[in-house]
Amino acid sequence: MEELLFFVSALGALGGAVGVVAMRNPFYSVLALIVHLFSLAALFLLLTSAFVAAAQVVVYAGAVMVLYVFVVAYVGGGGESAWEPIPGQRFLAPLLGIALFVELSVAVLSSSLLALGEDGPDVPAGFGDPAAIGRLLLEKFLLPFEAASILLLIAAVGAIVLASNRRETS
Amino acid sequence: MNAEWFVVLSALLFATGAMGILIRRSPMVILLCLELMLNAGNLALVAFSRMVGNGQGQVFAVIVMVVAACEVVVGLGLIVAIFRRRLPLNVDDLRELRG
Amino acid sequence: MSATAWAWLVLLFPLLGSIVIALGFKVLPAKVAGAIGTISIGLAFACGVAALISLLGDEPEARHHASSLWDYASVAGLDIKLGIFVDPLSIFMVLVVTGVSTLIHLYSYGYMQSDEGYHRFFSYLNFFVFSMLLLVLAGNFVLLIVGWAFVGFASYALISFWYRRETATRAGMKAFVINVVGDIGLVLAAFLIFRELGTFDYGAVFERAPEAFTTNEWTITAICLLLLVGAFAKSAQLPLHTWLPDAMEGPTPVSSLIHAATMVTAGVYLIARTHVLFELAPTAADVAAFTGLATLLVAATMALVMTDLKRAIAYSTMSQIGYMIMGVSIGAYSAGMFHLMTHAFFKALLFMAAGSIIAAMANDQNIDRMSGFGKAMRFTSITFVCGALALAAFPGTSGFFSKDEILAFAEARGGMYLIFTVFGYVGALMTAVYSFRLVFRVLPGKPCPEAQELIDSGHVAHEAPKNPATGEPEDTDVGFPGPEHHIAEQSAPMRVAMGVLAFGAIFAGLVQVPGVDDVVTKFLDPVFEASALAHIHPSLEQDYVGLGIGGFIALLGIGIAYLLYVARPELPGKLETRLRPLHTLFVNKWYFDEAIDFLVVRPALAIGRFANRVFERVVVDGLVSGTEGTVRGAGGVVRAVQNGFVRSYALVLIAGFAGLALYFLLSSS
Repeated sequence: MEELLFFVSALGALGGAVGVVAMRNPFYSVLALIVHLFSLAALFLLLTSAFVAAAQVVVYAGAVMVLYVFVVAYVGGGGESAWEPIPGQRFLAPLLGIALFVELSVAVLSSSLLALGEDGPDVPAGFGDPAAIGRLLLEKFLLPFEAASILLLIAAVGAIVLASNRRETS
Repeated sequence: MNAEWFVVLSALLFATGAMGILIRRSPMVILLCLELMLNAGNLALVAFSRMVGNGQGQVFAVIVMVVAACEVVVGLGLIVAIFRRRLPLNVDDLRELRG
Repeated sequence: MSATAWAWLVLLFPLLGSIVIALGFKVLPAKVAGAIGTISIGLAFACGVAALISLLGDEPEARHHASSLWDYASVAGLDIKLGIFVDPLSIFMVLVVTGVSTLIHLYSYGYMQSDEGYHRFFSYLNFFVFSMLLLVLAGNFVLLIVGWAFVGFASYALISFWYRRETATRAGMKAFVINVVGDIGLVLAAFLIFRELGTFDYGAVFERAPEAFTTNEWTITAICLLLLVGAFAKSAQLPLHTWLPDAMEGPTPVSSLIHAATMVTAGVYLIARTHVLFELAPTAADVAAFTGLATLLVAATMALVMTDLKRAIAYSTMSQIGYMIMGVSIGAYSAGMFHLMTHAFFKALLFMAAGSIIAAMANDQNIDRMSGFGKAMRFTSITFVCGALALAAFPGTSGFFSKDEILAFAEARGGMYLIFTVFGYVGALMTAVYSFRLVFRVLPGKPCPEAQELIDSGHVAHEAPKNPATGEPEDTDVGFPGPEHHIAEQSAPMRVAMGVLAFGAIFAGLVQVPGVDDVVTKFLDPVFEASALAHIHPSLEQDYVGLGIGGFIALLGIGIAYLLYVARPELPGKLETRLRPLHTLFVNKWYFDEAIDFLVVRPALAIGRFANRVFERVVVDGLVSGTEGTVRGAGGVVRAVQNGFVRSYALVLIAGFAGLALYFLLSSS
């Protein structure tokens, strides 16, 4: 059962990814990404990380993607061919991509990651719950938590500055 | 079903995102491919967290999401600003910073 | 105090004088500067006398002291000290140098009075005396070379004293360059000495040399020949003599001091000092002797036809130095030094008198325009005649005894050296002729306009200032001679100096009359004790015969001059026409200048041009621009990476990441 769910979600994720890269119209790319994100959420669920899955759907697919939709609607675009590499890099790009994948797979599948070959340990009941995550955030990872908040603040300020109607100083 | 598959899938997604950056010309799509890569990283993190048995990977993944959100905000703001100034939305044409 | 302490003082006073005058030239009034200069040399002379007395207090064998102030260079294998060497030879030279210098300073006090560069003159003059004393007192070859080089510089500074005159600066440069050639020889000789004997110190060198070298071995011959190069350059012997006549561009006191009494005698001193080495290399000594002889004769021929008063006296100097070089090369050390002393007296005197006459002629130096000064300037004429008598070796004068002593020694040594005696007498005849040629041309006869003006009004003639050699007009500001000309009759310091020298020129020979006394020889004996040659003494008979022949030749020469220039003035013209080729040769100074220009100057210029056109432009510039081009090209290549495409940057990033991952994969497997 789990395998089936895994393969379906994996296919979804992959398909979404390929769609992002291959679609001509950026709007369709955004939609493909949304599909990808939902598939990822399903994969998270498979890994008993409920909070992360929820956050993925709500924050990522919900808020970030809405941002993207707005901007794509505003900016428009599309009608260009999908593959427009820099001249001279025609073959390098796919080559590098494949090389990357191969290397990472080899790294993962080689013997040094033996531990991954079995099912993971039995996890306690509250694993992946918001409570567990919250406890970790506020106890062990307080500093990253605060730093992330400041980062959000900076991003918000930056966005306002970038988008403001600055008077042209000649 | 073990973490290997998840991590391999994550690698595949990462490679796809990387290739997308190299291939596409529109900054919008490049940003989307960046999202792909970030999410691939998230997947690997959560998979490892499950296999190791503590929630640290998940916390890391949440923070990554926060960072991704911030970066998207700024990136889209840039794109809007470029569009506003009627510059071509084409990463190849925006190349004044060069040697 | 010990002799060496006095000797250090001898060095100190002139140096102090030079520095004080140089630093205070704005504050010190002219007369004070002149007084400081003269007094400092006078003090040096006094200290020299004190050193002499102290030295005489020692036993004759122990009359050599070395003393050093500090270690100059003490590194691996080298041990050079700032040290002096006090022995009869150096004290003798010190006394001659300081004595004559004091008188010349006194003379300059009056002569240079209206010159704008008065302070500079005395500062340079003091520095020159210091350098000469350093040369003479040096205790090792390194300090000798230092003094040698300083003397060369001082000579340059003084010859081009009137620096706005182009002829003067060129003459100064010529002197300096030829001196440097000599310096090279001296330095190379010092290197060889160090290489063979391992030391620069006089005492050690002269001790080790007889053991280290066999006679006429090529190394010792090379050393001596290189020393000769230095000696010949400094003493203006053939072929390095061309600077001396041009050096007459300097003020007359300079000619008197440097080119009569002191600097040109440095070569003689050098050979006498290193006589140990020369006795081990008889070939080199013979080369020196023959060069001295050749110089003697050639210079005398040139002096016979010169029309510039100072240049004629300069050639006379060259000729007399030839005698001295000849003397010290064949072993007549004390005779050579004795002649050095007497020559210092009468030659300095001749230059001083010539300076007075030239001043009366408003700086014109051409004897063709001079006549009748015997009536116009009594004192100058008398001293001039005294100097000329000594130069011609008139019986009883100092030159008589000193010159004939050298020739008698050559005779006593016998064999090949008789050539020197014979040709020495030929040279003496020419010397007598040309010295009295000058006397009879300038002094008797109808007064020329300038002399007439002097007789009538007592004023020195005044003309628009001009360069005596080329005739171009000048002004009288700094860098040129001053507006006033000072003659001896109107200047007490000049009279005092000339008077003392005249006394010395006539009577100084009495210290070494054969058969009566030999002060100089006895004094210098300890220095030359170990030498085999120095102990050859002519017999009394040979001495007297020599004196007789010498006296006869002097009188003959004076007679010939009288005939040519007083009794039958038309004869010189006729002789000139008859012997025109010879005359041309002599007047053109045997074409030495032209030969050197052809052999040395032109090739040097050609090399310079080649270096510029080929080497500099092609090789050096090529290398530099080549490097520049390469760097620029490389920069261009590297710059191409920054092409502005975001995606290509991303490509590089990802490629790097892939590469890293590959590396880690491979290294961990």
